[in-house]
Amino acid sequence: MSENTKQNYLNHPKGIMSWLLTLDHKRIGLMYLFSGILFFFLGGLLALVMRFELAAPGNDIISNEVYNNAYTLHGAIMIFLFIIPAIPGALGNILLPLMVGAKDVAFPRLNLASFYIYSFGALFAMYTIINGGVDTGWTFYTPYSTQSTSNVVPMTLGIFIIGFSSILTGLNFIATVHKMRIPGLTWYKLPLFVWALYGTSLVQITATPVLAITMVLLMLERFLGIGIFDPALGGDPVLYQHFFWFYSHPAVYIMILPAFGIISEIIPVHSRKKIWGYKFIAYSTLSIAFIGFLVWGHHMFTSGQSVFSQIVFSFITYFVGIPTGVKIFSWILTMYKGQVSFTPPMFYALAFLFLFTIGGLTGIFLGAVALDIHLHDTYFVVAHFHYVMQGGTIVAFLGGLHHWWPKSFGVMYNQTIANIAALGVFIGFNGTFFPQFLLGLRGMPRRYATYDEQFVELHSYSTFWSGILGISIFIAVMNLFWSFIKKNKVDPGSNPWGGMTLEWTHTSSPPHPHNFEEEPVLQHGPYDYDKVIVEKTYNK
Amino acid sequence: MLDRLTEFFFPKQVSTFASDIDNLYFFIFYSSVALFLIVVFGMVYLSIKYRHRKGEELKLTSSKDHSNLLESMFFIIPLILVSITFVWGIRSYLKMVIVPDDAIEIKVTGQSWFWTFDYPDGGTTLNELVVPSNKPVKLVLSSKDVLHSFFIPVMRSKMDCLPNRYNVMWFDATKEGVYDIFCTEYCGTGHSQMGAKVIVMQPAQYEEWASELGSEDDDLPLDELGAKLYTKKACNTCHTLDGSALVGPSYLQTSQMWGQERVFDDGTSTVIDDNYIRSSILEPMTQIVAGYQGVMPTYQGLLSDRELDALIAFLKTLNEDSQI
Repeated sequence: MSENTKQNYLNHPKGIMSWLLTLDHKRIGLMYLFSGILFFFLGGLLALVMRFELAAPGNDIISNEVYNNAYTLHGAIMIFLFIIPAIPGALGNILLPLMVGAKDVAFPRLNLASFYIYSFGALFAMYTIINGGVDTGWTFYTPYSTQSTSNVVPMTLGIFIIGFSSILTGLNFIATVHKMRIPGLTWYKLPLFVWALYGTSLVQITATPVLAITMVLLMLERFLGIGIFDPALGGDPVLYQHFFWFYSHPAVYIMILPAFGIISEIIPVHSRKKIWGYKFIAYSTLSIAFIGFLVWGHHMFTSGQSVFSQIVFSFITYFVGIPTGVKIFSWILTMYKGQVSFTPPMFYALAFLFLFTIGGLTGIFLGAVALDIHLHDTYFVVAHFHYVMQGGTIVAFLGGLHHWWPKSFGVMYNQTIANIAALGVFIGFNGTFFPQFLLGLRGMPRRYATYDEQFVELHSYSTFWSGILGISIFIAVMNLFWSFIKKNKVDPGSNPWGGMTLEWTHTSSPPHPHNFEEEPVLQHGPYDYDKVIVEKTYNK
Repeated sequence: MLDRLTEFFFPKQVSTFASDIDNLYFFIFYSSVALFLIVVFGMVYLSIKYRHRKGEELKLTSSKDHSNLLESMFFIIPLILVSITFVWGIRSYLKMVIVPDDAIEIKVTGQSWFWTFDYPDGGTTLNELVVPSNKPVKLVLSSKDVLHSFFIPVMRSKMDCLPNRYNVMWFDATKEGVYDIFCTEYCGTGHSQMGAKVIVMQPAQYEEWASELGSEDDDLPLDELGAKLYTKKACNTCHTLDGSALVGPSYLQTSQMWGQERVFDDGTSTVIDDNYIRSSILEPMTQIVAGYQGVMPTYQGLLSDRELDALIAFLKTLNEDSQI
């Protein structure tokens, strides 16, 4: 069959309406991907503005007000418009039905609705920017957020709306995993990315309503003056912190679990090796999702909560650390006696292991109450969560994009440029955020538009490398999109990495509009590299 | 060696519990470095040893995917390390929360964007916390508006200031000196300027200082007292002396415009004179200079009449060459 006559979801059906009203999970995933990357760049640009302002003390480029808007929008855009919706929305949508052998997700119309709800919420966030920004921090701590004259209401309304998109996507994925698997694809034969999306979805549908309620209460307080969180009205600001972190700590797992799933796919495929400890990784995904609900108090170690609460929250926090640690060792041991190829996805996976380990270990410092009191709200925390969110989630996301790019779009990017960009991301990232651990230990508070002379050296170092990091990410992403323009097509039947899951073995690249031309029959497990040799088939 | 390392990572150790916390840090640090090296070494070694060599044929790989011994080690070793960390963290924490009975009690109030300290024998300071060395000091913290957080890096301690309840922290300073205080809970435009100093004195010197608190300035000429108050009462957080705009208009600009019209954000205007300055210190929200946000707190009750006169006198003396 020549490729011109070959139908795939990208070329069939045609026309703008066929995209805007599509029920195809792959097209919806692609729309999530584009909007997600757009917000990623916007958030990244704000980060660079902040870093350049912080290159020297004093207000050199922007004023305090502008800085406060920039850091608030950076956090809110990265979390609520990019990482939470776009990673499950893009990679999850494109891959989940393919991986379970289904024609689509369980509720295709609901899936499209999720995307439009997300877009609608994003409009409110964009309105916030045009209308002069919001300066409360992405945490919207009261009573500052009830008193601030900036656009707190449009922003929180946007987050409230996007929350529904999150809940509906979660619901859709859970139903898909339960009901749409092909015969024979039992739970223990599911790719671990599916387990990760399942765990993520459980957290999304259980935690997001709490955020939605909190945002509604905040708006009610501002509109109607009902005292809930603002002491001037008889409310309690610490209650707000409990509500907020009851969602926002589990949200950390909404952000990191899909990354774990991506790494669990990349490492066995590029090592051609059965994954180490399949069941352990699967169950720890669920247990991390559950324990994640019980540790929110460690964000409040200096709020004045009771000594007993401090001890309990510190104790439970370590129970998240241990399964995560065992996962890291499992990924590393997967390479044992394998055939490891140093491809761009594998480089990102190795970078993930390095960076996420630092992110995880520095969490142990913050879990120890006595030490957290010194480090709380300093740059140590800033560095810690960037090692987890950017070094972990975003690096894994980039790895996932490189891994599934030829599958999803039928084109191959320039692998040399991809490797160089990956190296740039790795070095630039460490250069930017490692000095921030030291800044925090030495007492530099976070969310400062200007700072004391004693911190200049480390700040300017961090700023220098943030430029390298920004350029590298830009090159990495542009290199991917360039493959569209260059039309460097791969064969429809190609399997460039020798993947074993259904999306590699039973669909064309890019996939058919209905995913599979006939219902796939499962021939082997997702990582049976000890039983079957899957050839790597590159370009024609 | 450890001292050098402590100096590299941390600010000075000035409280009695600081070294305990730093030691906890180093315990976690060395354990983490060990675990991290195992991870990196394992990763590099396995990926290179089992790399797919050029021209090598694809083959069936090992089916080994678990090892009870290794996995229990991965479980037990971190479990032991975090158990020690947890217990250590709690033991040190208890030292930080149990306030000795003989502590002096100082009231700390955060307000956008300065700190007020009320001493047990009467008297108040702004942005300067004076304490005796080798004597426990208990701080009772609260806020007048939004959340703030009171952080003294050299003491390794920090606590949020809430508008609706009191929080407590304490320390026993071991070394005399002047150290930084930062606000670490975001509180708006002036958050990054909301710093203060803690001055640790010999107990005898502190006694003397405390007994003179509030009376020492009686003999100063007005403009010199004003210059002193300018920093002491935290005017400098928002108003410069060099003509540049910060959160509020520069004193120099106001001084140079003496006798001229000043335009407010509602379109009205007033001639700058003594009464204008007085009312803008005591009722800052009634007239907001065009181009600025109305964010200044009232100084009603924080300044005596003589101190108000002093600030006005100081402002009038300002010209291009003024330096503080």
